[in-house]
Amino acid sequence: MIPANFDYHAPSTLDEAFKLLSELGDEAKILAGGHSLIPMMKLRFAEPEHLVDLGGIPGLNTVSMENGSLHIGAMVKEAELEHNAEVTSKFPIFTDAAKLIADPQVRNFGTLGGNLAHGDAANDQPAVMLALGASVEITNAEEKRTVDINDFFYGFYMTAIQEGEILTNISIPVPAGKFGNAYSKIERKVGDYATGGVAVALELDDSGVCTRAGIGLTNVNPTPMRAERSEAALVGKVIDAAAIAEAAQMASEDCNPSDDLRGDSDYKRRVIRSLTKKMIAKALERAQA
Amino acid sequence: MTKEITVTINGEEHTHEVESRTLLVHFIREIAELTGTHIGCDTSSCGACTILIDGKSAKSCTILAVQVNGKNVTTVEGLATTEGVHPIQEGFKENHGLHCGFCTSGMMMRCVELLENNPNPTEEEIRWGISGNLCRCTGYNNIVKAVQYAGAKLRGDELPSTEPVFVE
Repeated sequence: MIPANFDYHAPSTLDEAFKLLSELGDEAKILAGGHSLIPMMKLRFAEPEHLVDLGGIPGLNTVSMENGSLHIGAMVKEAELEHNAEVTSKFPIFTDAAKLIADPQVRNFGTLGGNLAHGDAANDQPAVMLALGASVEITNAEEKRTVDINDFFYGFYMTAIQEGEILTNISIPVPAGKFGNAYSKIERKVGDYATGGVAVALELDDSGVCTRAGIGLTNVNPTPMRAERSEAALVGKVIDAAAIAEAAQMASEDCNPSDDLRGDSDYKRRVIRSLTKKMIAKALERAQA
Repeated sequence: MTKEITVTINGEEHTHEVESRTLLVHFIREIAELTGTHIGCDTSSCGACTILIDGKSAKSCTILAVQVNGKNVTTVEGLATTEGVHPIQEGFKENHGLHCGFCTSGMMMRCVELLENNPNPTEEEIRWGISGNLCRCTGYNNIVKAVQYAGAKLRGDELPSTEPVFVE
């Protein structure tokens, strides 16, 4: 399968990329790792006339921990996060998620920025980012703006990124006290999209009371969703089995899965309930360790 | 819609005018005429087209040739040297790590990077490591043995037995 014809552009600076995007307008698509876009182009679900490849632009693939946040350049590969000990020691959720995202070859080229900018609720990283309370930096020719991840996903393949803009960086706050995070999904086979997936991030105070809970759900809603009622059910409590069961029940009630080849909606709600239980327990265990 | 690119494949520079939409696997097979890299599913599921780009394993059916302009590609033809076959090739041969052979070139290219990152992987790490490569013949057991054999050879350790294991 070969994509429809298009013109390929490889800018070597961000300014060059913005110039191209303003000249080419909505005929242009931005190419990051290409592991979502190129398969769609081969199937002719996408037929952009121009591709602007960010691969040759320096400065988009750095990872740093400063000013209380983890900063991840938009072109950082999934595999680079998976193998970065500084990142995974604080955020083992990236090890959990990476193992479940496609396969090693895809993770060598798929990027975190591309994963988010694709705007697909079936991708795993959106739920992870929702749980961690991330924000994304979106840049255009004139300025940079920061968008809270809660305001980033608009709809199916639609995000806050406007014409002429590029997602350049992702920031994740590193909590000062005790915290833990975890992700898992049910998949039919390795590399498949999630039947359902759950990301949990918890913060605890010194007496073990939960001060923040973030819970993101994968592929059980038209957009990546936060289980807000479940989060509220954990905050202010010393999390015990009853609180976990209540939060898990709420997540299963609040998600909106559709019936498809991966299962009917009733089954998917059960998947979400079971995974939410397990991931809260795992994040809690990591926070207490 | 065309662009001149130079890709170094197994140490040799290939400069050609290609359409932007030319996939790397077609560049390798049809332009560089190296047909050891296979096209299986053509949807980045099976891993038969796996090659190395600057040492990282990649599925060449999901990468555009223009994206690797100026980069170094290694295909299965680049594994053996005048000294002989690569330890991973020896591992597959000694352990019957293949039946029909269609997945083998991609499987071996993936395992080269796997062993580079993790010289002494556990069986579980090997199975996760090859989770992007499908084999419909072997049932994977002999592939796992082949990787363990190659790992031992690369480390200079004693080679594991290549005797088949029969389950009573």
